[in-house]
Amino acid sequence: MKRPTWIQIDRRPSPSPRVVFGISLLAIVAALVVAGIFFQAYGVSAFRAYGDILRGALGSKLGITETVRRMIPLLVIGIGLAVAFRALFWNIGAEGQLLIGAIAASGIALFSGIPGPLMIPAMFVGGFLAGALWGAVPAILKARLGINDVITTLMLNYVAIYIVEWLIHGPWKGPTMRGFAYSDPFPSAAVLPVIAGTRIHWPTLMLGLLAAVIAFIWVTRTRQGFEIRVVGENPDAARYSGISQAKITILAMVVSGGLAGVAGVGEVAGIHHMLLSPTHISMGYGYTAIIVAWLARRNPLAVIATSFLFGVIMRGGDVIKVSLGLPFQLVNVFNGLILFFLIGSEILMRYRIRIGRRVEA
Amino acid sequence: MSWESWIVGTLSRTLAYGTPLLLATLGEIYAERSGVLNLGVEGMMIVGALSAFAVAYTTGNPWLGVLVSAVVGGAFSLIHAFASVTLRANQVVSGLALTMLGLGLSGVLGRRWEGWPLFTPLREVSIPGLSKIPVLGPALFEGQNLLVYIAVLLAVLLWFVLYKTRIGISIRAVGEDPATADSLGINVARVRYLCVFVGGVLAGLGGGYLSVAYRPSWTDGMTAGMGWIVIALTIFAFWNPLLGLVGAYFFAALFHLSFRLQAWLAPELLKTMPYVLAIVVLIVVARGTLQKRMGAPSALTIPYTRGEE
Repeated sequence: MKRPTWIQIDRRPSPSPRVVFGISLLAIVAALVVAGIFFQAYGVSAFRAYGDILRGALGSKLGITETVRRMIPLLVIGIGLAVAFRALFWNIGAEGQLLIGAIAASGIALFSGIPGPLMIPAMFVGGFLAGALWGAVPAILKARLGINDVITTLMLNYVAIYIVEWLIHGPWKGPTMRGFAYSDPFPSAAVLPVIAGTRIHWPTLMLGLLAAVIAFIWVTRTRQGFEIRVVGENPDAARYSGISQAKITILAMVVSGGLAGVAGVGEVAGIHHMLLSPTHISMGYGYTAIIVAWLARRNPLAVIATSFLFGVIMRGGDVIKVSLGLPFQLVNVFNGLILFFLIGSEILMRYRIRIGRRVEA
Repeated sequence: MSWESWIVGTLSRTLAYGTPLLLATLGEIYAERSGVLNLGVEGMMIVGALSAFAVAYTTGNPWLGVLVSAVVGGAFSLIHAFASVTLRANQVVSGLALTMLGLGLSGVLGRRWEGWPLFTPLREVSIPGLSKIPVLGPALFEGQNLLVYIAVLLAVLLWFVLYKTRIGISIRAVGEDPATADSLGINVARVRYLCVFVGGVLAGLGGGYLSVAYRPSWTDGMTAGMGWIVIALTIFAFWNPLLGLVGAYFFAALFHLSFRLQAWLAPELLKTMPYVLAIVVLIVVARGTLQKRMGAPSALTIPYTRGEE
């Protein structure tokens, strides 16, 4: 049979890393093009906007360090989300888990009186435990009662936001803060060290990088990591092989919530040095980290790269807020578009399209 | 406060707050009945709210705003329909993306109106005759706008369509067993597109109601998580429009009554009530029905391709 041109679509068995990388890159570029059209339609030159973003995020020492500062919480949360998403638990609640971690750290910093050198480790442990507990609640509700994880994790974000609001307007309102809704500043023993002249609180960054390596080994090289994947990809197989779905789900969420809590510790102890309004503690890190984890294809090591990319985007949001007077909400437009193109492009990974001139068959 | 005015106040606030929840819940019920989970309700509501405000503000005509919110909400939902039906992308992620996009776009485009009040909100009407009934009259048939009653009628209409018409059978068939529906000559993709679109129209309307009637103004993020409560209500209603009516008002009543806790709870903690209630409501429903399954459409979140299972 002869045909002038043909298009053949067939299933791709399992895409190679190169294909995944290429298609992901294509998706991001496509999303940026659409965002560019949006810029133009809004009356802002897309070239100027992207120029400002690149220069502001990567073109100077200050830019790069601020990008890394934005990257830190995305990295720490993203690793945890990669784990939760592997178990197909939709943790949309990292924002709340982060805030609960921040509350725990603030409580320890302000009221525990733990002696100097033990203070910071205690805050990280406390933040992890608090975030883990906050994350475990929806996991238990799903494992025991079959309650939808998306809704519960999301609802708990709002609950966490208002608990912070209550604390800073009520019981924890700092007497020294002249009526502002902040807690008192942390004692110096509770302040994280930074790389000189920057806002990079390196202990959190180190914890994040370490967590990425450990989580990678855990999910790819251990039996438990394998069980997480089975629970996520094939619940029936998990049931038949005697894997406790409830245990695995809760475990994945303890890790996921705990890491988000650690990110919260980093933000209050490394950047703000007090408990303050939720919108200042987190600019939607918990939501942006969802894309970070998804783009990394749920691979904790790849989260290092993707969190840097979204660090650039968040820093870019800071920059054009000033240079072009655009609201920071623009970051959400980027996030939404990138996420759409990312999942939309996945069909290219499952299927292969081949186009040719002529074929003998 | 006399018990009469207490009842009147509670019922009329319930009706007012329950309306946007009801509208969006009805829409999500249709989308999910056809097998498409749309977590973009929050995003569709907020673009609906902004477009309704913008049009009502510039033209002075709130009904035109309401109409536009429905169109914009519907158009916006088609992104999700395209991703989940045509591209067969993950519905959870696509819905989240829609919400992010909606919140982002409305935040950027709405900034010039941030915090502005609307001087021409939907007019309050009183239903002749019915408003004369003691207690119930002033509670339910006075001081509300027409959209409130349209929402109630829509619930009944959409229930009728879903259970008593051929279209409804097609929708339910597509959501339960798309392969069989396909073999019976039902166009699965078209039904799903249509249902997602209906969901977008109603979520847009719900958002429009917020900005031109419930709180005639525009503020960034004014839906404040309502779209997520709607997702919970859809489950609470067992995907049935009439139960959606009950659920939305029941939830709104609880929400309103929680304000009676003012004496004991700090205002910030009072604000957690709708979200805590949504979780509690799901726990209550789950406890009663876990054994019998939750009654979700069998093909919910599963993309359909002919010849593939």
